[in-house]
Amino acid sequence: MTSPIRTRVSRDSEKRRDLLERMVLQGPGFLFITIFMATPITLVAIYSIFQRGRFGGIVYKATTENFTRALDPVYLGVLTDSLKIAGITTVLAIAIGYPTAYAIAKLPTKWRSIALVLVVMPFWTNFLIRTYSWIMLLNREGLLNHALMKFNIIHTPLDLLYTQSAVVVGLLYGYLPLMILPLYASIERLDPQLGEAAANLGATKARAFFSLTLPLTASGLIAGSIFVFIPSLGNFIVPELLGGGKTVMVGNLIRDQFLKARDWPFGSVLALSVIALVFIFFMLQNAVEKRFSSDASE
Amino acid sequence: MTTESKNLIEIKNLTHDYGSVRALDNVSLEIRENEFFALLGPSGCGKTTLLRILAGFETPLEGSVTLAGVDLISLPANKRPINLMFQSYALFPHMNVGQNVAYGLEREKLPKAQIKERVEEVLKTVGLQDKVKARPSQLSGGQRQRVALARAIVKRPKLLLLDEPLSALDRKVRSEMQLELKRLQLEVGITFVVVTHDQEEAMSMADRIAVMVEGTVGQVDSPVDLYQRPSTAYVGDFIGESNFFDGVVVAEGIKHASLGILPGNRYGKDISGEAHLLIRPEDLRVAVSGEHSIPTLVQDVQFYGGASTLVLGIEGRSAPILMSQPGATTAQRGAMVNLTWDPLKAIVLPRDARRSAL
Repeated sequence: MTSPIRTRVSRDSEKRRDLLERMVLQGPGFLFITIFMATPITLVAIYSIFQRGRFGGIVYKATTENFTRALDPVYLGVLTDSLKIAGITTVLAIAIGYPTAYAIAKLPTKWRSIALVLVVMPFWTNFLIRTYSWIMLLNREGLLNHALMKFNIIHTPLDLLYTQSAVVVGLLYGYLPLMILPLYASIERLDPQLGEAAANLGATKARAFFSLTLPLTASGLIAGSIFVFIPSLGNFIVPELLGGGKTVMVGNLIRDQFLKARDWPFGSVLALSVIALVFIFFMLQNAVEKRFSSDASE
Repeated sequence: MTTESKNLIEIKNLTHDYGSVRALDNVSLEIRENEFFALLGPSGCGKTTLLRILAGFETPLEGSVTLAGVDLISLPANKRPINLMFQSYALFPHMNVGQNVAYGLEREKLPKAQIKERVEEVLKTVGLQDKVKARPSQLSGGQRQRVALARAIVKRPKLLLLDEPLSALDRKVRSEMQLELKRLQLEVGITFVVVTHDQEEAMSMADRIAVMVEGTVGQVDSPVDLYQRPSTAYVGDFIGESNFFDGVVVAEGIKHASLGILPGNRYGKDISGEAHLLIRPEDLRVAVSGEHSIPTLVQDVQFYGGASTLVLGIEGRSAPILMSQPGATTAQRGAMVNLTWDPLKAIVLPRDARRSAL
């Protein structure tokens, strides 16, 4: 009180300490995002407005041609196909993942962790190898066709492989755990007494599910959907192996532009469009989540 | 007791197990219409199991429960005219107060206008009319409890179950809520069943109390009768403060090994052999000379403003004897006090192994 100077000094040193603390705490994250996100996206954004070099690379002459080319129905078709496949995968993942997560959350405690390990177990094997194994299962000489024919359900083998459905199956298989885990987390957090309270107030099981369980687990549902939808949208291994080149998703297209067609600027435009889509979905998720969580904790 | 009213709930020979643990053992009880009834007992005595069976969350192994003559057990939880105020309140966190209270009425498919009217009415009753739009997380503990109560009584159930209704509240809100519950019960005319381990909670609110012991009903009586005429030493010990003397039944009371004859009353019960004599602290007094008395040594004096408690010791006895007196006392630590009591207020009770286990 008597010496304003001293308080100012101490406030200054406090500020400095604050800054240091922030650098230590936020620095690593900031660095990571700068190196692994901001820089590549900036590069891609820069590439997108220049012309392609003859053997790859960039010729620094500005052009808008890459963008107009992306609006070509051929490429738009690939994009909408990708959205459709990723969307179907996500819906199926919800249909399978929700009951699974629910069942796991209702298991006795000691069985729960075992079930969760089983859910995550496929991740211990390389994604590529696991996708290859689906070829063994689905091809004309594969296990599934063999089994179906053995039991006289079919007489000629089905063309299961190299279809859009095969791609969906592959993506679903690969990303289902990412749906189950966040759903499990939110279902497990649910207070079981809320269900009893609903019954006590006259609600049927179905009514209790739609009025309580579903809205209260919406955050897990949304997180799981994002985790499945976004990597499905950009995946190029599954369409390549299980789609047999007949199903082209935007991920394949981008890879081909960079590695085969050596058209980096156009590849960049396509990559940017996927990034924009992902961004839009995150915004949507945020909006939906805000609605539900404001319901839950406001 | 007031005029004999009809039984609302009749519980007969109810038995239930959790795995290998017997939670309820052949319990029979009647709960009357418009009664404030309490199930009192320590944790693990089966009172919560009984509550869950009444609410329909648990199906008993054996026995029957009827409500106004209709079998309850075959009725699913959501079809029973019984509402429960949960100990944790179990309010729906994603709904506001109005939506929480309306939830049960919406399940009855009542017209919207009527729901709104009844929600407003019940929120007024519990004093939360200006919190309709608030979320449970924005309310204090006492307010949340009022919402839970409103949500349960708005359905106008035949029976309202309250699970440890005051346990989560601090002292001041507690006594407020206690009065409020009692007022509400008279006002809405619903039968209340409170489940509690807190004897004060039960004694202050209930018309009748069932003391539960290890899955059985020990005694069902009014609070005053439970206190003054416990039927077992366990109940006498569980309710209020008490002094016990052990001995053998004689005509005037019991014969204590070292203190001789201690006068007491059997109240018409046929008791013989080993027995306990129960005397409440306020029924003990200092003897005038010449009276039959037992000599004690004052170990401590506790003054509570309105009353004092003397902690007294007897040679050869480890448990202290408590004597309470209105106002302050002149007794000093270390002084000798000769104790006596009115034989009518000392109760001879059959020996109870569970009492010594306490």
